[in-house]
Amino acid sequence: MKKLPILFLLLPVLLLAPALAPASSEGPCGAVQCDRVKVDLNDKPSLQNGARIFVNYCLSCHSASYMRYNRMGQDLGISEELITENLLFAADKIGDLMKAVMPKEDAKDWFGTAPPDLTLEARARSPEWIYTYLRSFYRDNKSPSGWNNTVFPNVAMPHVLYEWQGHQRAVFKTEKGMAHFEKFELERPGTLSPKEYDKAMRDLTNFMVYLGEPAKLERTQLGVYVLIFLLVFLVLAYLLKKAYWKDIH
Amino acid sequence: MQKLLAWIDERFPATKVWEEHVSKYYAPKNFNFWYYFGSLAMVVLVIQILSGIFLTMHYKPDTGLAFASVEYIMRDVPWGWLIRYLHSTGASFFFIVVYLHMFRGLMYGSFKGPRELVWIIGMVIFIALMAEAFMGYLLPWGNMSYWGAQVIISLFDAIPLVGPALSEWIRGDFVVADATLNRFFSLHVIAVPLLLLVLVFLHIVALHKVGSNNPDGVDIKKKKDAKGVPLDGIAFHPYYTVKDTVGTVVFLMFFSAVVFFTPEVGGWFLEHDNFVPANILNTPPDIKPLWYFTPFYSILRATTEELVRFGLIPFVVLLAALTVVSIRNIKAKAVTILAAVVLLVGFLMLEAKVWGVVLMGLSLVLFFFLPWLDRSPVKSIRYRGWMYKTTLGIFVVSFVVLGFLGTRNPGHVDLILFQNVRWAQVLTVVYFMFFLLMPWVSTYDKTKPVPERVTWK
Repeated sequence: MKKLPILFLLLPVLLLAPALAPASSEGPCGAVQCDRVKVDLNDKPSLQNGARIFVNYCLSCHSASYMRYNRMGQDLGISEELITENLLFAADKIGDLMKAVMPKEDAKDWFGTAPPDLTLEARARSPEWIYTYLRSFYRDNKSPSGWNNTVFPNVAMPHVLYEWQGHQRAVFKTEKGMAHFEKFELERPGTLSPKEYDKAMRDLTNFMVYLGEPAKLERTQLGVYVLIFLLVFLVLAYLLKKAYWKDIH
Repeated sequence: MQKLLAWIDERFPATKVWEEHVSKYYAPKNFNFWYYFGSLAMVVLVIQILSGIFLTMHYKPDTGLAFASVEYIMRDVPWGWLIRYLHSTGASFFFIVVYLHMFRGLMYGSFKGPRELVWIIGMVIFIALMAEAFMGYLLPWGNMSYWGAQVIISLFDAIPLVGPALSEWIRGDFVVADATLNRFFSLHVIAVPLLLLVLVFLHIVALHKVGSNNPDGVDIKKKKDAKGVPLDGIAFHPYYTVKDTVGTVVFLMFFSAVVFFTPEVGGWFLEHDNFVPANILNTPPDIKPLWYFTPFYSILRATTEELVRFGLIPFVVLLAALTVVSIRNIKAKAVTILAAVVLLVGFLMLEAKVWGVVLMGLSLVLFFFLPWLDRSPVKSIRYRGWMYKTTLGIFVVSFVVLGFLGTRNPGHVDLILFQNVRWAQVLTVVYFMFFLLMPWVSTYDKTKPVPERVTWK
C-alpha cells in the first residue's frame, strides 16, 4: 500500500513524457529552426500595425473569411471611419467578412493553387512558423515566381514584401551530397533595415495570432476572475464540509 | 409546504425516492480521493449537455457550412467561444474523470460481486461515451476530424465478407461525406446522449441496490445498529453532498484553468490540423485520434504479421496449456483445446489487420469479464498480495505508454532502443496478460485478513 502513492506520483511524469520526448529531425519549421517571436496581445500599436500590413498586403490574395472588419476595429481600437477610409478595399460594408480582393479562380490560374485562408493560420501552424516563414524568402531562379522559401520549399507564393526586405540569397552547405541551409545574405537592401523588417513581421505575426482567436484576450482576463471566485467558493465549501463532518469519526 | 409535499407524496413517491437514494442512502464513511470521480463524471455530463444545447443552436451540419459555423460560434455568437471551449475541454475531461473512476474500480475491486452489473453497465457507458466522442469529433469538419473518421470507419473494411458493405452503410457514402456528417450530428446530439442518460440512471439504480464499495472492500451492511443503519455508513445527504461540492469546486478550478488559459493544451485537446478545414486532397502527415483513444489505436497499429506470429501464437498456446492444466473437467479441457486450435488456424489464415480490429475490440470487451476473471477472495488492493499490485501497476503503465505511442509515428524511436511499433507490440501483449492471466494471479496471490469494520487509512 505504501508503494502505491509513489506510482501515482509517477503517473503525471509519464503523462508529461510526450512533452519531453525528443523532437524528430523535421521540426515545425521544416528543415530549419523556428525563430522565436514575442506575441503580446496587449500591445495595441503592434496589433494595429499588423492589421494595416495584413489588410494592405495579405488580403490582396488571401482571405480571412471568418473575421469581420468591424470586430477587428472594436478589438484593436481602430475607429469605423478609419477602417472605411483606409482598409475597406475588398468589401462594401464594415460588417462584412474579410474576403480577398482577388477571385479564387484567378488566383488558381495565376499561382497554380488557391492561396489558403489565413484566419486560423496561427492556430493551424504556429506564430513561430509564420514569423520565420515571412523572413525566409530568397531569390531562386529555378522557381516559377523567382522566389523560394526555406521554411516552405517551392512555395507558390512570391515574396510580396521584397521591397521592404530587399533581396536575400540563401547560402547552402553541401554535406554528403545533401544541401543544408546555412544562412541568408542580403544581396540588395530593401526600404527597411533588417531590424525594422523583423519588427514589422513581428507585428504582422502578432496580429495573426489575434486573428486566429479574437476571444483570447478576453478569455485570459475572465479566467482570472473565475479562478478567484472558485477559490473563495472552495474555502466556504471546505468550511461547510468540515462543520458537517465534525461528528464523523 | 408540508401540505404540498403530502399532496405530492400521495401521487408520486417524492419523499420515498429522496430518502432511498439521497437522505437515507448510507454510503461508507471512509471514501477517499478516488471516490470523487463518479460524481465528477456526472458534473461533466451536465456541462456537456448544457454547452451542447447552445452549440446546436448555432452549428450547421453541412460540409459546406460546418467549419465556418464553428468559427462563427467562436467569433460572432456572444459567449460562443466560452461555450465551445467548455464543450471541447469537457470532452477530454470526461475521459480523464472516467479513466480515474475505472481505475478506482480496479484498485478496490468494485467490479467484484455483488457489483457485477454496476460494473457492466458502467462499461457500456464507457463504450457509448467513446462513440459519442468519436462522432462529436467529426462535427467541426476540420482536416483531422475528416481523416480521423475516414481511418476509423475504414477499420470495418477489415471484417471478412461484410466489411466493405458495413463501412459504406455507416458512412452513407463511399467516403466520409455530407451524409456521414448529418448522421453523426443526429447520433451525437440525440441518440447517444439519450442512451447515456438512461445508462447513467441504470448505473446508479444498480449501485444503490447493492450499495457502494469502499477503499477497504468491507461490506458495511454486515454490521448495523438497532435502526438498521450500517455502523460504518453515513447518509449521502448531507455528508457526501457537501464533500462532493468541495471536490467539484477543485475540479472546476482545473477545468477552468484549461478553458480560460490553454484550451488547446498544446494540440492535445484541440489539434492543430483541425484548424484547417476538411480537405479530401490534403492528408495530414500523421493521422491520429485524440489522446483518449490512442491506447486502443496503438493496439490496432501494433497488430502486424510479426505480432501475430511471435506474440499472439505463443500467448494463445501458453494460455491454453495453463487452462488445461488448471481445470479438471474433461469437457472444458476439450473445449479449450478446440478454441485454441481454431484461433491458431485463424492466425495463419486471416490477415493481421483483421486481428488488429479484433484485438482492439477485445481490449475493451475483456473489461466486461473482470468480475469472473478475478478469483481473489478480497476486493481491495489494501488486502491483496504483491502479485495483483504489481500486475495492476504494470497494466496502468502499459496503458499510458500505449496511449503515448498511439500519438507518435510508429517508425520513429521516441522511447529507448526500439521503434515505437515494437514497444507497442510488447505492451499490447502486456495489456492482455493483465486480463488473461488474472485467474491465476488472483488465485495464487497471498491475501491479508480483511478487517471487520472500515478503517481511515
